[in-house]
Amino acid sequence: MKRIHIKGGRVVDPASGLDAVTDLCIAEKRFVGIGATPDGFVADQVIDATGLLVIPGLIDLGTHLREPGEEHKATIASEVTAAARAGVTCLCPSPATDPVTDTTAVVELITRRARQTRMTRVMPIGALTRGLEGRQLSEMAALKAAGCVAVSDGGRPVTNTLVLRRALEYAATHDLTVILTPQDPDLTDGSWMHEGWVSTRMGVPGIPVAAETAALARYLALVEETGTRTHFARLSSARGMTMLARARQSGLPVSADVAMHHLFLSDMDVSGFNPLCHVLPPLRNDGDRAALREAVASGTIQAICSDHQPHDPDAKAGTLLASEPGISGIDTLLALTLRLVEDKVMDLRSALARVTCDAADVLGVPRGRITEGRSADLCLLDPEEPWWLTSESMASRGRNSPFLGWELTGRVRWTLLEGRVLHPSPELDESA
Amino acid sequence: MNIQLDEAGRLRHFLTTEGLSRDLLEQILGTAASFSEVIEKSVKKVPLLRGRTVINLFFEPSTRTRTTFELAAKRLSADVLNINLATSATSKGESLLDTLQNLQAMQCDMFVVRHADSGTAHFIAEHVAPHVSVVNAGDGRHAHPTQAMLDMYTIRRHKGDFEPLRVAIVGDIAHSRVARSQIHALNALGAGEVRVIAPRTLLPKDVENLGVHVYHDIDAGLRDADVVMSLRLQKERMQGALLPSEHEYYQLYGITRARLALAHPEAIVMHPGPINRGVEIESSVADGPQSVILNQVTNGIATRMAVMSMCLEGRSVVGEPT
Repeated sequence: MKRIHIKGGRVVDPASGLDAVTDLCIAEKRFVGIGATPDGFVADQVIDATGLLVIPGLIDLGTHLREPGEEHKATIASEVTAAARAGVTCLCPSPATDPVTDTTAVVELITRRARQTRMTRVMPIGALTRGLEGRQLSEMAALKAAGCVAVSDGGRPVTNTLVLRRALEYAATHDLTVILTPQDPDLTDGSWMHEGWVSTRMGVPGIPVAAETAALARYLALVEETGTRTHFARLSSARGMTMLARARQSGLPVSADVAMHHLFLSDMDVSGFNPLCHVLPPLRNDGDRAALREAVASGTIQAICSDHQPHDPDAKAGTLLASEPGISGIDTLLALTLRLVEDKVMDLRSALARVTCDAADVLGVPRGRITEGRSADLCLLDPEEPWWLTSESMASRGRNSPFLGWELTGRVRWTLLEGRVLHPSPELDESA
Repeated sequence: MNIQLDEAGRLRHFLTTEGLSRDLLEQILGTAASFSEVIEKSVKKVPLLRGRTVINLFFEPSTRTRTTFELAAKRLSADVLNINLATSATSKGESLLDTLQNLQAMQCDMFVVRHADSGTAHFIAEHVAPHVSVVNAGDGRHAHPTQAMLDMYTIRRHKGDFEPLRVAIVGDIAHSRVARSQIHALNALGAGEVRVIAPRTLLPKDVENLGVHVYHDIDAGLRDADVVMSLRLQKERMQGALLPSEHEYYQLYGITRARLALAHPEAIVMHPGPINRGVEIESSVADGPQSVILNQVTNGIATRMAVMSMCLEGRSVVGEPT
């Protein structure tokens, strides 16, 4: 293992509150010195971080890597490489693969492929029920043993309330966080965007806010009953925020995340029938967006994820109503996090926390921090460098981003995972 | 920027009545009036679009709309091709683009498009070659602008100025592209009051935002109305739990002679067709002295001639020797 000395960067560790120009020493995959150089430390490589921001590597709770099953859209190799370039060191892929991530064989396939790339670490999320069909429990203990960090409905809500209750109880038995998507399928299916005056003008069937709140109310009732640690994925509405805040105040073990695009876009962005803005849950109105921003700033929402869903060009080549939902978001996760600071939504420490330590805490994994003795996962970026998001500049295989053409600030210079440089020059000669 | 207009502010595509100026809508009505005169003088053909090719691209079945578009194009001396691709709403976007590119390769000048999905005409307009115009003949629940303009034309002929008019639209507003286009056109033309009358299940969210007054009680909504527009009720609305039965709908929202008596004595009754007699409207009203339903059909030809000629006016003919 190389010993790395990172010199002269502005180190920001949101977990400890450290924000200072200082040095970091890395040896044996871990931080061995923060500020001070340990006795006898001799670096094999020195990284001059002058003018750079040094932060924990990003942790993304919501991604679709498309493998196995949809390799024509993207592969594990293509997306973990894109993630490494984007400063993301841990990815949690959704169990909605084909076949579904409901057996150890699929989990092993995913982790093995990811390991072979020697890029960003993949921490799979297992299926809550077999085939995500909402009928039978998955083998959660086996999934956990194989490396799953949580179990989830994968965006396909369990409609049978009894099965859902049992699944929550069984997951709690194995100390697994359950990730649920609050979307009532009856209120969602056959609709394409937020139900409001914009959808009325466009004549596009709309998804009411109640699709989220009705599901959330049902889930909260079961969390109250079972006490299971539950994480709500991809919240979208102001009313959902109110319910979440109340539940957290009353002491329920719940957390939540939001997709980055929900903090920047609204149903107005769909008004030209733009298929790139077709997402689930839908982009809601300006008031909802403001409430989400507030909730992220206050910590009511713990994590911001990319909700990365790379697509092949055909998936978005037709009309809005013929398009598949989803945004390719990994390339823009970090720059948009910085944009939240620029837009005065929150300070740098809080913004970074939502994509690092807070996200790690949702899963209970010891990452997302710059702490002595912990895994050295880092991102070094030039916080001032402007760049334009273009189809060519995207590292993900999916180029389906509504942010194409945006001028963004903050360019990743280095990404390190467990003390090993992933970006810009992967060291292929080392063992894992 | 409005995709429907060229740099000079002239009509390039006709996709929706939303966002078009009163002047432009008046110009359509004026042009339609001059075509009506031509038709009524039994000189049924004018050479305005000689050498032009119009393709009627219908992904959804239609009789009235397609036929009147065809007649309108022929009366303008254009060559017309009818293509019926009545496929399901699941038709993939890519094949739509393929279809489009193939047809475009045949060097046509205009697509008249109908599709079950909102936004399809818009999509086609964004992807056609610069010399091609797109006219929306109905897309999902979004817009049916030529229907709205022929309705405006019919209102103008029978009632004159729009300012003093109270217009009541009765029925399934939620699923109606006709109602949306009518509401935008009526507001742009300065109609005094636009009302919508329906149970809440047939009204889209925040419908007031379109510039209408909402009534759930038809008697209150029809009072003193100068124009009564009935909308077609699709039979499948019972399945989606939007209504309990046709019977109850007719009891509460059917336009009967007794209810029509609440409107202004000289009110006109309109319907975009096809009519479900005894569901949304009583036969004696549909066929009665206040009905202008058949006039609407006739006016459809002149109105569509106006829109087609305005869209292609000043645009060069592809392949024409210079």
